[in-house]
Amino acid sequence: MERGEEKVITSAEQAKQDPTYLQALKELLYQLADDDFLVSFRGSEWLGLAPHIEEDVAFSSITQNTMGHALLFYQLLEELGEGKVDVLAHDRKPSERKNAIYLEKKNGEGHYTEEPYYDWALTVVRNYFYETFKKIKLEAITKSSYQPLANVAGKVLMEQPYHLAHWKLWFEQLYNSTDDARARLQTRIAEAWEEFGDVLELGPYATEMAHFELMISEVELRDRWLEEIELMLGTLPSRTLGKKYGSGREGEHTSDLDQAIEIFQDVYVSDEGAVW
Amino acid sequence: MYNYLEYGSSDAPRNHEDPEQYDRFMARIEAGEKIEADDWMPDDYRQGLIKLISMHGISEIMGALPEKEWVPKAPTLKRKLGIMAKVQDEMGHGQLLLRVAEDLMKPYGKTRKDLIENLLSGDLKFHNVFHMPTKTWADAGMVGWLVDGAAIISQTNMLDASYGPYQRALQRICQEEVFHAQHGEAIIMALAEGSDHQREILQESLNRWWPSLLMFFGPASADTTGSSKQDIMIKYKIRKSNNEELRQAFLDKYLPRVFSLGLTVPDETVHYDEEQGQWVYQQPDWDEFKQIIKNKGPRSKERLRLRQIAYENNSWVRQALSKEVVGS
Ligand SMILES: [Fe+2]
Ligand SMILES: [Fe+2]
Repeated sequence: MERGEEKVITSAEQAKQDPTYLQALKELLYQLADDDFLVSFRGSEWLGLAPHIEEDVAFSSITQNTMGHALLFYQLLEELGEGKVDVLAHDRKPSERKNAIYLEKKNGEGHYTEEPYYDWALTVVRNYFYETFKKIKLEAITKSSYQPLANVAGKVLMEQPYHLAHWKLWFEQLYNSTDDARARLQTRIAEAWEEFGDVLELGPYATEMAHFELMISEVELRDRWLEEIELMLGTLPSRTLGKKYGSGREGEHTSDLDQAIEIFQDVYVSDEGAVW
Repeated sequence: MYNYLEYGSSDAPRNHEDPEQYDRFMARIEAGEKIEADDWMPDDYRQGLIKLISMHGISEIMGALPEKEWVPKAPTLKRKLGIMAKVQDEMGHGQLLLRVAEDLMKPYGKTRKDLIENLLSGDLKFHNVFHMPTKTWADAGMVGWLVDGAAIISQTNMLDASYGPYQRALQRICQEEVFHAQHGEAIIMALAEGSDHQREILQESLNRWWPSLLMFFGPASADTTGSSKQDIMIKYKIRKSNNEELRQAFLDKYLPRVFSLGLTVPDETVHYDEEQGQWVYQQPDWDEFKQIIKNKGPRSKERLRLRQIAYENNSWVRQALSKEVVGS
């Protein structure tokens, strides 16, 4: 089947034929994998601390799925010769990581084992915004020219809409309850509006991604996301969406990522080369 | 899991109960019938169950905390997923059991809120093993392998419990526990077959957990700690074996495995006595045990503090949920 001027690519070997295609594809995969990995890492810190036990169980199940998605994307990178999945997840420098900065943000004050004053409002807003974005991105990717990725997107989409529904319900419930709850969400929405910008970016190879039909354009992704969020909020904040701390897609990150890396690679680096 | 440990006030007297009703009840459980939440039951049966099941449930919840320390740190994606699923199961067990306890508490007008508050105030105890610190990744394996291994022994002992809702919850829990033991064993095997460093942390972990594992089943008799409610639980057909029988079953099952991995336990006297037909071992410090379950263990305060922060810090969420109006 012809897609624009490009053929459908059915294997890693075939993708490696064209260096520009390969570069754009890897870029997209790192974004997908690193986003899900950071979101699930932050989710895993919440374990045992959710507002009630039922939510702890549900949230943990979502977090596992999301980490499973990260694994699928890292596997596609491994097939492309980028290295072993666990090295990709645990042993890359911050500057090599492509997750959006807003997703690495700490859950709140404190550490997950000590004085964890985590903020449920941040978690609800972040996950609702992120899952809304992820669904749009994945749906676009089901039509990607890279067949193995399109297949994975289809697989992930069998679970992901439930995650979105979960966070959407939380968002609606809290938004329509007490003044206090609504105010807390609004504070976190205002904050997200200054920081969410790079989530919607596709990075330095955005043009190539669109050209090779790996992915829809940045503009389209952003417009669709804004449309969805507007449906929920009624009106969007008047300011334009910002990226206060830069763009994770360009390898820019904050000390919150350093904190995350320190924790998630703690055991991994204690005995490198060991089989765990 | 988790064996019955005495706490709280003494049982209410059964003096106002109708002896005929009581005899019918005893006849039912003698015949192997299951008692359901709405059936008549003697007060000491209900109270004994509330204590047992709420302690069991809250121990599942508190038990998530030491393991949870290793969830974000687990060394590979596969291990991260495995340990997260395992801890999620434990929270699920807690949820299931607290619901059973809540039903039993209804006649007293008590709810989940009371259980959590009793935990935070120190009236509701949680199991001794979960007061202990974790130091290395080997502890994540040790908990799954031997703590869950001990839990399987004490929980399967109650699989035929006379109280139907508890018995059914245990059926499901025990099915999942099998996977937990496998999960723990897989971590342990990787360490046992691994580098010097890995074998070192494994042995160190076992040394540290050993006394807690012996304590897991509680004292052999009431003389040791002053009180033990084993007998009433056996009389009412909740459990079958006593504490020492359970501990012996644990040693029977796991000591040969420990030794075959080339590991040792920190007790030079431990051996199987053919004549007595049981394991002889050095008693753990039962005074320390008493202190631990009074929330005076090495990590008791910190673990309770986590629960308390989670409870108080999220109170606005629970308040919002209770006041939620139907969305526009
Ligand atoms: Fe359990
Ligand atoms: Fe378990």
